[in-house]
Amino acid sequence: MSDVLTFIISRFNYWIYIVLMMIGLYAMIAKRNYVKKFIGMSIFQTAIILFYVSTGVKSGATIPILEHGHDIGHAAAAINPDHYANPLPHVLMLTAIVVGVATLGVALAVVQKVHDQYETIEEPEILFKLGQE
Amino acid sequence: MKVFAFVLVIVTGIMLVVTAADFPAWGDAHSPPNQYLSTHYITQAEHETAVPNMVTAVLADYRGFDTMFETAVVFCAGLAIAAILGHEKKKRYVVRRKALPKTEEGDIIIRMATRFLVPVTQLFAMYVIAHGHHSPGGGFQGGVILAATFILMTLAFDLKTILGRFSEKMTLIWANVGLFIYAGIGVLCVLLGSRFLEYSALHKILPGTDEIMARSHSMLGVEIGVALTVMSMLFAIYAHLVSKGRLEDGL
Repeated sequence: MSDVLTFIISRFNYWIYIVLMMIGLYAMIAKRNYVKKFIGMSIFQTAIILFYVSTGVKSGATIPILEHGHDIGHAAAAINPDHYANPLPHVLMLTAIVVGVATLGVALAVVQKVHDQYETIEEPEILFKLGQE
Repeated sequence: MKVFAFVLVIVTGIMLVVTAADFPAWGDAHSPPNQYLSTHYITQAEHETAVPNMVTAVLADYRGFDTMFETAVVFCAGLAIAAILGHEKKKRYVVRRKALPKTEEGDIIIRMATRFLVPVTQLFAMYVIAHGHHSPGGGFQGGVILAATFILMTLAFDLKTILGRFSEKMTLIWANVGLFIYAGIGVLCVLLGSRFLEYSALHKILPGTDEIMARSHSMLGVEIGVALTVMSMLFAIYAHLVSKGRLEDGL
């Protein structure tokens, strides 16, 4: 029993990312309003960001910025990688956040055009109007 | 559709839960993602680039291509939104006010607070950009803060006034300049006999630097380029989205 509990607790970041990702996936598939689909897409992205960043965590480590970084010769003595969080996921997700905002902007722009033409952003109504033409 | 989606989500979720057993535990310093390359970045980034902030070092130097094209993606997204929502009418800015309006509709408290906040926030954004080597920060973050000040001004005043000061054309020009600075630094490295974005070659033209400090200083240039592109493109995206591309009156 305690093994199972340890397993669950030691991987709680994965449970959270799975739940968030599934919420996003469900919203993208099941919701009929385009803006709600985009909200689902954003939640999905957030889940991926959480997943990446959580893989870079080290217990007891600090942010990936060297202490006393200015005096090079002094700091060069010994840098223990276990004392600093993994910088690579941070870099990847930093760019992913900004690009996520930009792509969400493109998606919203397309939806505005769709709304201009069909006067709705509900998918069934748009399909209905397409069928009428 | 809802039942199908629910079943699909449950099945996918169960598969992800099963795979989670193979992932490293929370905070494991010796898990595969924390080995190999990341160890090199942590221990060597300071020697090789003279930048204590490893995130900035990896972002702007080791993964310079990645960051350059991410900036290009932001630029292309801004262009795409302008193309999708843009109107053919050229004469848009009838009222071109340079000064912020003295009497306008809206809340005076919000307008006065904005007048105080915007310069301070912009100064902070520049600090974030320039000090991104030694503290948390960098081009993307600073650019987003700069864009936020413009968006704050459009919320407190109106879109037309702010576009009179920072027009759609200017956003495109500054986004171009930002990307040009980034790519230009890369090309400059080629012209100086090194590889694209191999900053150490720049010590030949940067006075008072050796090969390592040249990398640190070139990263600052790159970050400024990123910040300019992100700032102007995010503001352009906002301006287009709130006004359906007419750029007249937003929210």
